[in-house]
Amino acid sequence: MGTRWFGEPVRRNEDPRLLTGRGTYVDDIQPPGLLHAAVLRSPHAHARIRRIETGRAAAMPGVALVLTHADLPPTLQAPLPKLIPHPTLVHHKTQYALAPGKVRHVGEPVAFVVATSRYLAEDAAEAIEVDYDPLPAVADLEAAAAPGSPLVHEDMSTNVCAEYTQRVGDPDAAFARAPHVFRERFCMDRGTAASIETRGVVAIWDPRTRHLLVYDSTQAPIPIRNGLARLFDLPQHHVRVVAPDVGGGFGPKIMMFYPEEILVPLAAMRLGHPVKWIEDRRENFVATNQEREQIHDAEIAVDEEGRILAVRTRFLYDSGAYIPYGIIVPIVASTQLVGPYKIPNYECTFKAVFTNKVIVSPYRGAGRPTGCFVMERLIERVARELGLDRVEVRRRNLIQPDEFPYDTGLIFQDNAPLIYDSGNYPAVLERALEMIGYRDWPARQAAARREGRLMGLGIALYVEGTGIGPYEGCRITVEPSGRVVAATSVGTQGQGHQTAFAQIIADALGVGVRDVVVTTGDSGAFGWGTGTFASRAAVVAGNAVGLAAQAVRQKTLTVAARLLEARPDDLELADGKVFVRGSPSRAVSLGDVAAAANPLRGTIPPEWEGPGLEASRYFAPPRGTYAAGCHAAILEIDPGTAAVRIHRYVVVHDCGKIINPLILDGQIQGGVAQGIGGAFYEKLVYDAEGQLLTQTFMDYLLPTIAEVPPVEIGHLETPSPLNPLGIKGAGEAGVIPVAALFASAIDDALGTRITEMPLSHSRLLDLLARSPAAATAEAPGVAAVGDGP
Amino acid sequence: MKGVRTTTRRSRPVPLTQAEIRLRVNGIQVTRTVEVRRTLADFLREDLGLTGTHLGCEHGVCGACTVLLDGQAVRSCLLFAVQADGSEITTVEALGTPEALSPLQQAFMEHHALQCGFCTSGFLMSAHALLRDHPNPSDDEIREVLGGHLCRCTGYRAIFEAVRAAAARPRHRA
Repeated sequence: MGTRWFGEPVRRNEDPRLLTGRGTYVDDIQPPGLLHAAVLRSPHAHARIRRIETGRAAAMPGVALVLTHADLPPTLQAPLPKLIPHPTLVHHKTQYALAPGKVRHVGEPVAFVVATSRYLAEDAAEAIEVDYDPLPAVADLEAAAAPGSPLVHEDMSTNVCAEYTQRVGDPDAAFARAPHVFRERFCMDRGTAASIETRGVVAIWDPRTRHLLVYDSTQAPIPIRNGLARLFDLPQHHVRVVAPDVGGGFGPKIMMFYPEEILVPLAAMRLGHPVKWIEDRRENFVATNQEREQIHDAEIAVDEEGRILAVRTRFLYDSGAYIPYGIIVPIVASTQLVGPYKIPNYECTFKAVFTNKVIVSPYRGAGRPTGCFVMERLIERVARELGLDRVEVRRRNLIQPDEFPYDTGLIFQDNAPLIYDSGNYPAVLERALEMIGYRDWPARQAAARREGRLMGLGIALYVEGTGIGPYEGCRITVEPSGRVVAATSVGTQGQGHQTAFAQIIADALGVGVRDVVVTTGDSGAFGWGTGTFASRAAVVAGNAVGLAAQAVRQKTLTVAARLLEARPDDLELADGKVFVRGSPSRAVSLGDVAAAANPLRGTIPPEWEGPGLEASRYFAPPRGTYAAGCHAAILEIDPGTAAVRIHRYVVVHDCGKIINPLILDGQIQGGVAQGIGGAFYEKLVYDAEGQLLTQTFMDYLLPTIAEVPPVEIGHLETPSPLNPLGIKGAGEAGVIPVAALFASAIDDALGTRITEMPLSHSRLLDLLARSPAAATAEAPGVAAVGDGP
Repeated sequence: MKGVRTTTRRSRPVPLTQAEIRLRVNGIQVTRTVEVRRTLADFLREDLGLTGTHLGCEHGVCGACTVLLDGQAVRSCLLFAVQADGSEITTVEALGTPEALSPLQQAFMEHHALQCGFCTSGFLMSAHALLRDHPNPSDDEIREVLGGHLCRCTGYRAIFEAVRAAAARPRHRA
């Protein structure tokens, strides 16, 4: 097998379609007779519903159906499925399809209207009268965890639904003996993934064959299929769920179930008409899951040289009003916190807490940005307190290349031991320092300071657990035309799977990337799988693709050997042909081999193990594989306005063998952009009553091209020993350390001690006002204000 | 707008709810009766089946729904279809085909300037208008135009480079 395509910056197969407006996103599905749905949502964060009057709405023009909780079948009146249980999650409260007499966050669905157009459906939704009896709400995380707080779930005596501790070594003893202990409180606030395509569902029911076809902008079409079949009591093969082109996911598009994923199929089955619901942007702010809100009380114990003796964090995790996704996010945060460092004694304890806010589930990074922020902040605190160089403290504590596999002693989100499989963290760090020019930074910073300029260099390291199980699969078929078709179990939201997987297949079968057609996210094309999350699609599905491609290659050689009267060992595959090595004229096209493998008459030998050039394979890793990297940046803070200008941004990243550097660099640049948003601009602001004050893109600011610098990217390739392709995931690497990095850079510029993220512009002004560096620097920027030419 | 003329003779005028509009869309003459509250975006996507124009926010911020109205880049979510009466609309479907990408589309592909592709049509339409009017834009002019669009996947760098590359091509038709 050659590697003509693997590792090359191959342009994407999906682009010509998407560039010309020929993509198929859920909202582009427009079957005849389509009806449109709108959702009436709670305006209150916490209220009893005394009465819902739908008569007037139901009588309005074009209205086909109005549903409230009372109109649902008993199976759909119950709380929706618990996605990922955990023994410590003792109150696993899940959301409802429609609110049953009580609402627990603004945006919770109360009624569902179907009409001949979205305009009429929204008119009718407005005509529904709901009599609410508002209850005291709790929006603040700490207040919710405190005794006496209003209760989100009245059958609990507390809002704490889970408490979980992991302990490595003997942290109590280590802290007691340590020469230095430093404590700090760290806060990270809420953000939203804000994929440019909102969520959407189209359901088409065929009452004669009893087949349900659902188009869903989900990251996990196959679990959705399985769940819908169970809820509607249909044979699994009667339900097909397709995630067509999906306009960005970043985590929240995997839930099972968002209420609309059930209500739309239900309405289609009731009405015998196709039904569509497309989330609008305002709904997206209150009806799509959010993330990041945690408060850590952390401490670190070190010796005189800054070597880590112990780390401990006790933190609160805001789950929102329900916790369908379980405690994945705080588990990831607490276990990935340790990063690339040797920490002999570690303890993490978290409480997951209900609040009257939107549900929380993983958003790109999934707790890692918070964990990384805490650890990197602690390291810099140590350096400052002990008067050591912050890079030197990192160097002294890094896991060394000869220490892999390195067992952290923790249990990861996949319930498997958190063992770093491979890596070279010192090399990653040194490469980043070299690229950013760390050696002469003090001189450059001092020179800038003399000019009254506030410059800072930031640095942050991280480890990213990727490629977790349980499994993914792929089926590959060579058609008589010579075209190769593959179907994988994962969905795609812009990661270029139709190209990356084609590269793997093209190498194995000696064809071009453009000759391979990859279908993703269609349960009708491939029915077993879990989904695209946790930076796992390339690793887990990619290796299934690789195994299936090798199996098809072997079958091709076996069949072609008979056609060419040669031994399989003497054959080669290239340019869509099989030929005898050394005599290229003795050749047969791949398509002809495929035709011969599926004869109309005659026999097929037992060693073919069935007809056709086709194979299905699964890949089930024993545990995750761990990528790592280092970000470094230089920024400047305007001494008059506190405006931040990023001069350089460097990423050195090691995700094992690289399938396609073009796609990988795009993932990193895009991840950094989201990280910049999360550090400076993106904050979901709830008032004390649980009203979300930032419900538009005018209030919740996504970074534009003006805020995002070009990222300089360096790669190391330490292969993973845990999969045949040697790859690790890369989807979240761009975003994980960004908050930690900017805290580091701003502290360096201003002499501050940042402990919270995101930093709004007014917060930056506060920091500037209190900055010892700004006070000592001459500040021509300030003087210049009002001094026009 | 023809419908406007069909006023009633009753003492109190009945609010107009529908109107007939005539416009050219991607070079083709179209005459349709539409609800006056129907957005141009919904008209293009649902009535004409031109689903290449996407809706990302419906309040004029993200730019995904950008089309050309008489050559000017506009947000089709902020316009009613009746406001396009008598005008010429150009959508992404008119730029190139999968078999024959426009030079700008080709540059987007070469620079990996799209990931999920949802915001892409809007970027293309604004960049198309820019390069038509300013064949050799400065970097700041490119940034200024792209700054009106949100992308959540790419981090913008590749989009910027794609537009710059398309501008540098000797015979770009944008």
